Amino acid sequence: MFMFEKAVVGSRRYWAWVFALLCVIGAGFVSYLYQLNVGLGVTGLSRDITWGFYIAQFTFFVGVAASAVMVVLPYYLHDYKAFGKLTILGEFLAISAVTMCMLFIFVDMGQPTRVLNVLLHPTPNSMMFWDMVSLSGYLFLNALISLVALSAERKAVAPPKWIKPFILLSIPWAVSIHTVTAFLYNGLPGRSFWLTAILAPRFLASAFAAGPALLILLCMIVRKVSSFDPGDEAIRKLSIIVTYAMLVNVFFVLMEVFTVFYSGIPEHVHHFQFLFAGLHGEAYLVPWMWTSMALAAVSIVLLVVPTFRNNLKILPVTCVMVFVSLWIDKGLGLIIGGFTPTPLGEVTRYTPTLPELLIVAAIWAIGFLMITVFYKIALAIREAMGYEIAH
Amino acid sequence: MSTDRRTFLGVAGLGALAIAGKASVDALASGPEAGKPKAGTRWAMVIDPLKCLKEEGCKACADACHKVHNVPLMANKKHEVKWIWKEPYERAFAAESEYTQEALKEKPVLVFCNHCANPPCVRVCPTQATWKREDGVVMMDWHRCIGCRYCVAACPYGSRSFNWVDPRPSLAEISPEYPTRTKGVVEKCTLCEERLAEGKLPACVEACEEKAILFGDLHDEASPVRARLRESFTIRRKPELGTEPEIYYVVGGKPDVHV
Repeated sequence: MFMFEKAVVGSRRYWAWVFALLCVIGAGFVSYLYQLNVGLGVTGLSRDITWGFYIAQFTFFVGVAASAVMVVLPYYLHDYKAFGKLTILGEFLAISAVTMCMLFIFVDMGQPTRVLNVLLHPTPNSMMFWDMVSLSGYLFLNALISLVALSAERKAVAPPKWIKPFILLSIPWAVSIHTVTAFLYNGLPGRSFWLTAILAPRFLASAFAAGPALLILLCMIVRKVSSFDPGDEAIRKLSIIVTYAMLVNVFFVLMEVFTVFYSGIPEHVHHFQFLFAGLHGEAYLVPWMWTSMALAAVSIVLLVVPTFRNNLKILPVTCVMVFVSLWIDKGLGLIIGGFTPTPLGEVTRYTPTLPELLIVAAIWAIGFLMITVFYKIALAIREAMGYEIAH
Repeated sequence: MSTDRRTFLGVAGLGALAIAGKASVDALASGPEAGKPKAGTRWAMVIDPLKCLKEEGCKACADACHKVHNVPLMANKKHEVKWIWKEPYERAFAAESEYTQEALKEKPVLVFCNHCANPPCVRVCPTQATWKREDGVVMMDWHRCIGCRYCVAACPYGSRSFNWVDPRPSLAEISPEYPTRTKGVVEKCTLCEERLAEGKLPACVEACEEKAILFGDLHDEASPVRARLRESFTIRRKPELGTEPEIYYVVGGKPDVHV
């Protein structure tokens, strides 16, 4: 494809990074062949915990993908100029994250060769069908928008007018992908942990904190390794978005905690007990969940106090805290906590196996590789245009 | 005259065509539909836990079911596949209590797919690999299932099993009349639809010497299930979820009643 020539010219450091990612991808690919041959029994999943690391990562990265809207919306709806240079980075992040989501779903299939049955027998009453529609639609929108924007930028002209409706459509579409992902879980009558209307809002709030936090970190890396600078103002504005989203997220969690514990319905309480105190002698997630809580608490202090938030030395640390906290919450607690205890009240331990972890690492590496290549192309074009060098 | 004859031949020809057509449609439809009994049937079961308890370690029903359906005995409990099994009373009915069920809380209760009238597993399946038949059987198509396990997450009764690995090496012997499954698909009780098609009772019902499992048509007032439902208090598992299970459990009652 055109513009890809920019991705194959790079420094030694660039190639070393790409090579390292390819190694991780290779290890994961071999692990996947093993899983394909033996079955999903090579993972730590069981009859009781049928979804685990793969689906949890999928859920987390749907959020990262949706968070692109946090730069697109202020720029296009409020004409917030400082985000102008960022939108393309947000869209590339979205494309990479959606691709990761699709891969996480794919590796979780017991019969991957039959996956197109979802298209052959479209079933609108299944939320999985709608998840497929919304994710592929979002991938298409972001690919189209970033391609058109970038080629316009290369020719130093304004993007064509016809792209505007697609950009506007991508805003509610971003909200829809995470809403539908929440609907995957919260329409199931026997899974009380997910059976809450706050799930979709919570997903969105945590996504709008974790996604922009990751984007801040990416901006800071970009600033280090290239001559492109998204600007302090954009980064500071992103940090305000992270602050509000994180506060709203914690507020939603506390609302859920109140409802669950004040009503005292055992089926709802047991999941929280398992996650935060342990249940029937199993407490393996307890340290993780409290780490997540502690990181959330500390990061909120660092975000809310302007001195800390505006200090660009502290901010990346805060962003890592936000990201890790929410990754534990969604990437570990949400799925395992939803399956434990089982509808029959059993507590089964789930530990991801090495092949499972390698496959997850490989999909992360694919995401990083896509981000690297996309950002490389965008930055090469901007450097060629002579942008920002004097910033 | 000749016109009449032509008309007659035409009508006769059309009639013959229609009969032949109907026959071939019937022949084509004789796959999954063949076992369909008379219209309006609604299969259901009534379990009598006290009768079942007479022989506490007995698992004749599960053995019979698992044998005819090639359900493997997996060495790894995490990979367990089961269609029908016994679950402690407290778990089967989410009935935790310190005192009231003291004697019974650990007693085994027979559980399996409830063949819900409003099955969440069918609602969520993205490929219609599991569906609800008109006679109430919740069916599975093991050739269409993509192994996403959404149905397993949706089932509030833990009735579905996934083949984490190839189940065939774990079969002591293979019943040639019934298909074995492959790795990567979900399976569960199908109410012995293959036996119903031949007018037989489900294997578990037949295997139970205590007659603790009654089987019949809910829409037939004279059926054994209706008779039992008329004379005993019964409950269903998690009725508050609106899934409308077709499996009823007799509460207390008369363990020696003969139906």
